[in-house]
Amino acid sequence: MSTKKTLAQKIWDNHTVHKENGIPDLLFIDLHLIHEVTSPQAFESLRINNRKVRRPDLSIATIDHNVPTTDRTLPNPDPLSIKQIDALRENAKDFNIPLFDIFDPRQGIVHVISPEQGLTQPGMTIVCGDSHTSTHGAFGSLAFGIGTSEVEHVLATQTLPAPIPKMMQVHIKGRVNKGITGKDIVLAIINKIGVDGGIGHIIEFTGEAIRNLSMEGRMTICNMTIEAGARAGLIAPDKTTFDYVKNRPLAPKGEKWDEAIEYWETLYSDPDCEFDSYVELDGQEIEPFVTWGTNPAQSSPISGSIPDPSSIEDPAAKETAERALSYMDLEAGTKISKIELDKIFVGSCTNSRIEDLRAASEILKGNKVAKTIQAIVVPGSGLIKKQAEEEGLDKIFIEAGFEWREAGCSMCLGMNPDILKPGERCASTSNRNFEGRQGQGGRTHLVSPEMAAAAAIAGHFTDVRNI
Amino acid sequence: MKSINTIQSIVLPLNRADVDTDQIMPKQYLKRIERSGYGPFTFDEWRKDPKFVLNNPLFQKAEILLAQRNFGSGSSREHAVWGLEDIGVRVVIAPSFADIFNSNCGKVGILCIQLEQEIVNELMSLAESDTGLELSINLEKQTILNENNNIKINFTIDNFLKHRLQNGLDEIGMTMQKEDSIKAFEETRSKIYPSTKSII
Repeated sequence: MSTKKTLAQKIWDNHTVHKENGIPDLLFIDLHLIHEVTSPQAFESLRINNRKVRRPDLSIATIDHNVPTTDRTLPNPDPLSIKQIDALRENAKDFNIPLFDIFDPRQGIVHVISPEQGLTQPGMTIVCGDSHTSTHGAFGSLAFGIGTSEVEHVLATQTLPAPIPKMMQVHIKGRVNKGITGKDIVLAIINKIGVDGGIGHIIEFTGEAIRNLSMEGRMTICNMTIEAGARAGLIAPDKTTFDYVKNRPLAPKGEKWDEAIEYWETLYSDPDCEFDSYVELDGQEIEPFVTWGTNPAQSSPISGSIPDPSSIEDPAAKETAERALSYMDLEAGTKISKIELDKIFVGSCTNSRIEDLRAASEILKGNKVAKTIQAIVVPGSGLIKKQAEEEGLDKIFIEAGFEWREAGCSMCLGMNPDILKPGERCASTSNRNFEGRQGQGGRTHLVSPEMAAAAAIAGHFTDVRNI
Repeated sequence: MKSINTIQSIVLPLNRADVDTDQIMPKQYLKRIERSGYGPFTFDEWRKDPKFVLNNPLFQKAEILLAQRNFGSGSSREHAVWGLEDIGVRVVIAPSFADIFNSNCGKVGILCIQLEQEIVNELMSLAESDTGLELSINLEKQTILNENNNIKINFTIDNFLKHRLQNGLDEIGMTMQKEDSIKAFEETRSKIYPSTKSII
C-alpha cells in the first residue's frame, strides 16, 4: 500500500482506536455537537440502558432548529417546541454537557457557534446529528452528520464505527471572477457532479479559487458538500485558517498554540497521493448560480433559462425535472432573471456569518426592498448579531426594508414560525430547495447572500454584478 | 433492534429518484421527543394525493420498498427511518442510497439492498403492474426470489452489517467491549484539542 496519504486519510488514521479485518474502523471523536431535534431519543435510550455520557468535556449543546427568531421574551407559541427545548435543557443538566441556552449571547446555529468559539480546529474529528456538519471540514477537519442512533453511540463511547470512505478531489482551476462567491462555486460543483455524485466519498476541495476564499466562503462550500451526496468535504488548512482560529475563546494558547501549528502544518494531501476520483471545474466559467428545481443540482447560471426536461436523456433525471417544474410552477425556457419573488431569506448554517451579512448589506446600502417582497435576515449566532449591530449593518438591513431577527436555523427548514405559505416563492441563502422544505407548498431558490440582496431590490432575480 | 432473516412480501414501488428525507418525514414531525409512532406522518405530503402508491390498498402490508437512485438524500433525520419502520418496511431496494440514510437503516434494523439500475427497472415494472410483485428475500443466502416470474437475484452486503442485522445486535454494547482500546487511545491522544469543560 502506498504510504502517500490524502488529508482525510491522515486524520482518519490519527483517530483510529481499533482496526480489524472485516469490521468497520472505530474512530475517536474529538467533538460532539448537540442540538434539540436529533438528540432527545438518544439521551432517553442512555437512561433506559443505564449508560453515561463518556466525555461531556468533548460535547457541547445549543438550541437552534426550532427557536422563534422574534422577541424571545414573549412566550414560545409552540408547545411541542417548548417540550423539545426543555428536554435538551434537562439532558444537558443531567449529563453535565455545556449548553448555550436561548438567552446566552453565544447561542446560535450549531455549525456557526463551534467555529466562532474556536472549538472547530484543523485535524479534528467532529460529528453532530445534523447533515450539515460537513461545514467544519473548511478547517481541514473530518466532520460528518450522523443519525440519532449514532448520536447515542458517540455519547456513550466517544467513538463511532465507520466504513472507510472513498476519496474524491474537486479542483477549481484558476481564479473566479469578481462577484463570484463560495455559494456560486459550490452550486456549480453540485450542478456538475449531481446530488448523488459524492455518495460514499469524502471530497477535498483544491485550487487557487478555494485558497483565495475566506473561512466563511470555505465553510459555505463544505457545508453544501452533503448536497452532492458526500459524507464529508474538507479543505487543507493554511494561514487563513490559522488566523481565523487564533485567539478565539477555545483556541490553543501559548505553547499549545505553537504545538498546534506544528501539527496543523502537516495537514495536507501528500503530493502524488491517490484519489479514487477527480473532478475539475474552470473557475473562469463560474457565474452567479440560482436553483430552479427541487434539489440543489437543478440550477442555472443567472444568465441562463429553465431547461426543457424533454432534452434530458437520463429517464430518472427527466422525471425529477418534470416534477420539479410542476412543483415550482415554472415553464421551460423562462429566463432565470424573469422569475419574480415573494420572500427573501438571508440566513442558515450556509450563509449567516458576519461576512455574509456584510456582503448582503453592501448591496442593500441606499436601496429599498421591492414593494412586493417580504425579507428577513437571521444572523447565525447571537455574537454575529451583536457584531453586525456594532458595525451598523442592522440599520442598513432595516432601512432597506428587511426584518432583523434573533439567531437560529429559522426559515432554512421552517421548524419555527418562519415559514413560506403555499405557493410563495423565496430567494434563500440556505442549502435545500426540497419540496416543502421552507413550508408546505413553498418554492425555494438557492442563491448567495449578494444575489438574494439584489433580488430583494429588483423583486426578481438579477445579476448582482450589474448593480 | 429487530433481527432480519427472511422477508416475504409484496413490493411497494416508489418510482422516483432522489427521494429526500424531508419528503419521507416532514420537519413538523421532528419536534416529537418520542422514538415511536412516526408511521402516520411518513410521506405526509405525498400521501395527500389519492394516487400516491402508499394509498393503494394492494400495498398496505408491504415490507419491501423499491425506489430509485439516491434514496434518502438530504437531512440526517433518523425519524425518516423510524417512520418507514413504523409502517412495516423491513427492506429497501434501490440503485443507490444516501450515506447517512443507509447508515441509519443499519442501526434501526432495516436492510438496504443496492441493485443495478437495470435490475431495479425490471423489478419496478413488475411491481407497478396490476397484480404487483411478491418477493422472498433471504439475508443468510443473500438472495431475492420469485419463482413465478423466474427471478433469482444475488445481492452483496457487508459481512459485519449482515451479522448485526441477522442477530439484531446493539452496536453500542459491542463498542463498549473495546473499553481498553478506547482508554488507551484517550491516554495518548494529543492535548492540543479543545475541551468544553471551561465553558460556563
